[in-house]
Order: sequence, then structure tokens, then C-alpha cells
Amino acid sequence: MTALPRTDTGTGAGISTGAGTGTDAGAHSGTDSRPDAGAHSGADAHSATDPAAAASPPPPPHRFPRTTLLTAGLTLALLAGCLLSAGLGAYRIPLGDVLGSLLHHLHLGGAELDRVGESVLWNVRLPRVVLALLVGSSLGCAGALMQGVFGNPLAEPGVIGISSGAAVGAVGAIALGLGFLGMWTVPACAFATGLLTVLVVYTLSRSGGRTEVVTLILTGIAVNAFAGALIGLFLFFADNAQVSQITFWQLGSLSGAVWPKVLAVLPCAVAGLAVAPCYARKLDLLALGERPARHLGVDVERLRVVLILVVALLTAAAVAVAGVISFVGLLVPHLLRMAAGPGHRFLIPGSALGGALVLVVADLAARTVAQPAELPLGVLTALFGSPFFFWLLRRTRRKQGGWA
Amino acid sequence: MSRGRIPALGTWFAKRARTLPAPVAVGTAYARADGLGVRLGGRTVLDGIDLEVTAGQVLALVGPNGAGKSTLLAALAADLPATTGGVRIDGRPATAWTAPELALRRAVLPQSAALSFPFTVADVVRMGRAPWAGTPGEDEDEAAVAEAMAATEVTGFAGRPFSALSGGERARVALARVLSQRAPLLLLDEPTAALDLRHQELVLRLCRERAAAGAAVAVVLHDLGLAAAYADRAALLHGGRIAAQGPPGEVFGAELLSRVYRQPVEVIGHPRTGVPLVMPLRET
Repeated sequence: MTALPRTDTGTGAGISTGAGTGTDAGAHSGTDSRPDAGAHSGADAHSATDPAAAASPPPPPHRFPRTTLLTAGLTLALLAGCLLSAGLGAYRIPLGDVLGSLLHHLHLGGAELDRVGESVLWNVRLPRVVLALLVGSSLGCAGALMQGVFGNPLAEPGVIGISSGAAVGAVGAIALGLGFLGMWTVPACAFATGLLTVLVVYTLSRSGGRTEVVTLILTGIAVNAFAGALIGLFLFFADNAQVSQITFWQLGSLSGAVWPKVLAVLPCAVAGLAVAPCYARKLDLLALGERPARHLGVDVERLRVVLILVVALLTAAAVAVAGVISFVGLLVPHLLRMAAGPGHRFLIPGSALGGALVLVVADLAARTVAQPAELPLGVLTALFGSPFFFWLLRRTRRKQGGWA
Repeated sequence: MSRGRIPALGTWFAKRARTLPAPVAVGTAYARADGLGVRLGGRTVLDGIDLEVTAGQVLALVGPNGAGKSTLLAALAADLPATTGGVRIDGRPATAWTAPELALRRAVLPQSAALSFPFTVADVVRMGRAPWAGTPGEDEDEAAVAEAMAATEVTGFAGRPFSALSGGERARVALARVLSQRAPLLLLDEPTAALDLRHQELVLRLCRERAAAGAAVAVVLHDLGLAAAYADRAALLHGGRIAAQGPPGEVFGAELLSRVYRQPVEVIGHPRTGVPLVMPLRET
């Protein structure tokens, strides 16, 4: 018996979704369960009579598993992105000075910057970088979790309307001038409506224990439309100052990042990011379907409730401070799945890392591409995300005739 | 977790104190239904089922479409709540076990194998070992996976993504996953449906081997010849009730089968082995 290949060997099979996204065996034994037994019986017989011929050679041993390399690469890229983002902009700070100032504040030597530089770095750039990290990792992680829970690679907070649902709460809180929780009001409202939206989408898009892609996407369209209408309604009743504030939510931006905002979102994001990896193994099992997962000891109902709460927490945290930034949660887990296979033990932390990288870089681009003007971040991610989504649809259609 | 091993972070949240399954004496009922009735969507699907799945034996569940075979299997697996009566597994009511404890006791092969993400075959089979994480059984993981893959002849495509396999190959991988779980109760829903002749025989030989090793095996089968050849006992379901149960040679009477299947059949003994062969009566 040769050593069996581990998760890390990655087949690069990408997003092919197997025999539909179906889960529940009993109810759906009809058309798609064993469609090609006849067509492939020849191949079967062949592999049976001569197993050695059918055996694919064991994959070449990697000195480092692919996941390790990817993690290291992502981390390095993220560090570089953060440093660049802290240094570049209308007021340039050389990288050496950025590092020096960071070390100085950590009491590890280094040198203080001049007054302007110090202020720009610590009051403008760094909060923004940290916020980009938090928002990006939250969105990436939420996307990976959601795809795992729905057993469906198209689930993403933006696509199925969770982001806009959370935005309704935030916009409503601004427009109605709510302040019952002080600094926490907007995130709390975003969380409440975000959670409500997740629950609505989840119940509406599931039937017989499975989520069909078409239903999911259509539900997303309906939810997005409804949320858009509510936001429009709030805009209608808002005064001018509130209108400009609300527009910010709709476009998604990290401008105006300050430390208090970072602190407001930090607990939500950190709690969500800390809990998520604990469920990686169970999400792997959930890929088999709900009943098989239960047969393997997963308390599916509890898993689902906990993870939906986590998704709502992460999405709300991101939306509350940065508005609607779509496609990060779709793009990042997909790319990682193609590169390193679908195992959630890497996918969840990897998506958080990748999401952070995407957002740090995207924010850097948003700030610097059209200097001195600033592109809205959400516009930028959608600009690059939607063609990707397009490509994904085409690729899947070509490979397996579309999603079930 | 008093064994001095530090579990992975993920298991802290999930795996609490579990009763590990104890060895069972061959010949005792590992799972049993007593007066079991199940209603689904307002329709009585099962009614008054008394059935034992015995350790060391293969039980075949047969019957026409819609007779309730899969529902009975799901009820025995504690997937469906009993409307009347109940199911006991390993001496306790099925509802008294937690999901992780049940997973150590029974493995279930669903009728169709689906997978949402393109895991490799080896990954899928390894999922069968999940219930044992954090128990002494964890040490057998690699051996159990390798053995199950060899037994179902899927070792050759261990590295391929599950979604790239044919229907029959998927069915065997799903079976390998179930076998690697090494549960004392095996519940298989039509394990042979997608398989060619060779692998149908292979699967039922595997069932026999597991039974010989002490497992209690229940298999839903459509092929009465297979059931007669490999099962110790057969239960013939008809309209949600058990029409007959016992050794296949006694259950498979031409008159009874003709009535239950609404298709005239003849039952003849195999010229060499004497095992009953069930054939539809054809004019020509």
C-alpha cells in the first residue's frame, strides 16, 4: 500500500461541483443519481479487470505541501501590500521610515518620523490598512464559510444579498439618526438586518434539504432589489448630510478610516475569524450532504446555525465600516480552491488571508490610481469581480453544462 | 479527553465525552425496530415493523418500489423520527444517542453519492474516519482507509477528484467511505444499483466479510438473486409492512413474490447450489 495522497496534493479541479449540488439522497434519487452507469460500464469493467493499468501514478512528493507554500506566499504578499499601502499616497513615506516608525512605536528601536509624517502614518494610513485587513479577511472568510454551508460555490454575501441586507440596517441607523448604542449603533443595526437577511435567504432558497443554484441566485436578486428599495426609501427621507453619508455605504469605501472605527469592527471580525476555522472539518463532511454528514457525527442543525451567525457577524462587521464591497468573498475562495483543493482546513484561513490581501491592494489602488481623487473601493472590486464571475459561469458551463 | 492527548482546536468545541462502542456478541440484535411506524408528509410510509439487524448476519431488505425500504433503512439509521414504536441501537433508544456517538455505531451508504466540492477520492474515503477523531480508534485511520479502498478497488484513482468519476466508481468510493468508518452496524441503501456484475458480487462479498467479522449488516437490494445468494435473512416489504421475513429460501416463495411485486414470477433452485433464483414469468 503506497502512501495515500493528502489534501495538499491539490488536483486543480476547480469548481466542478459533482453530481449537482444535491445532498439528500432519499428524496432525489431520480434523474441525477446514477445517470451514467451504462455509459461508463466499459471503463468500469476495464479498471476492474486490470486495476494496475487504471492506477494513476502517485503524485510526485512535494517537499513543501502546496498549502504551506500558498500560505507563506499570501502572508508575504500581504505584508508587502500593507507596507506599500502605508507608504504610498498623496504624502509619500519611504518604506524604511514606515518600518522605523513601526519599530519605534513597538519600542524596538527605529526612529520617529517628523510631525506630518507621523500624523499621516498613524492617524490616516495605518487605521486604513488595519481596517482593510479586517474587512478583507472578514469578507473572504464569510465567502468560504457560506459556500461551505450552502454546499454551493456561488454563495457569497454580496451575490445573495447579505451585504445589502446589512447595509439596510446601517443606512437606516444613519438616516433615522439612531444612537441608542453610541458608536456601536451602526454595526449593531447592520448585524441585525444582516442576520435577518441570511435567515430569510436560507429558508427561502432551500427545499428538501438542498439549495439549488438557480433558486439561490434568484433569491439573491429579490433580496438585493428589496434592500435597494429600502435604502432608496431611507435616502428619500434623509437630509443632505445623511445622503452623502449613505452614498458611502452603497459604493463601499475605506476612506474616513479612524482608530475608533477599527475598534468598533475589531471584536466582531476577530470573534468570527477565530471561530470559523474550528468548523473546517465539519464543513468538509457537509460537502457529502446533510444526511451523510449527520451519519459521520456532525450535528448539522447546530453547525448551520452557528455558521450562519458567524457569516452574519463577519459580513455585518465588514459592511458596517466599509459599505457594500462585493465579489471578494466569491473570488478569493474560488481561486484558492482551484489552487489548493477544496479542504476547508486551508480554505477558511486561506480565504481570510487572501481577502485581506485583495482588499489591501484594492484600497491602495483606489487611493492612488486616480490621484488626487479616490475611487470608491466597492466600485473597484465590482469592476474586477464581475468579469471574473462571468468567466466562472462560462467555465462551469463548458466543463459540466452549468450548475444544477 | 483524559487520555493525555491534546486534541486539535476544532475538536474542543465538538467532541465531548463519548461512549465508545463495545464489542457485541455475534447473534445478538444490534439494531431493532419495535412496532415501528413512520409518517412522512401525512402519509403512513411504515407501519408496525418489527425487525432485528443481528450482529454477524446480513439482512436483505427487498420489496417493490415505494414499499418503504429506504424509509426503513433511514429509520434504522436514526435519520427519521418514529411516529409509533421505536428503534433501538446498541441497547439504547436511537434518540438517546448523540450524533457523534451514533456515528461510531452505524455507517450509512446513501442511495446516491453527491459531493458539493471536488474533493479527491482519498479525501472522501478519509471522511469516513471523522467520527473517530480524538478517540483511540484514530490510530487505525490510515489502515482503515487503505483497507477500504483496496476492498472496493478504488485505490487506483485515489488522487482523482470525486466529481470526475463515473457513476459506478462514485458508488464504490462512497462504499469505501462507509467501510472505512468501521462501524458495527452497516446500513446500505442499494449499494449495487450503479455497479457492473463483478462489482455487485464484490460488494455483497464485502458485506459477508463484514458480517463474518461481527458487524450487523442491512442491505436494500432489488436483485432478489443477490439477496438469496448472500443474505442470512431477508425481509420482504409491502406497502409499509413486512410481508415476510426469514431465511431467503423461505421468504422467496413464488406465490408471495408474485403477489407483492404484482408480477408473476417463478422460483427455481440453482441446479448446482440450490440457491433460489427468481425469474419473471415470460411468455416466450
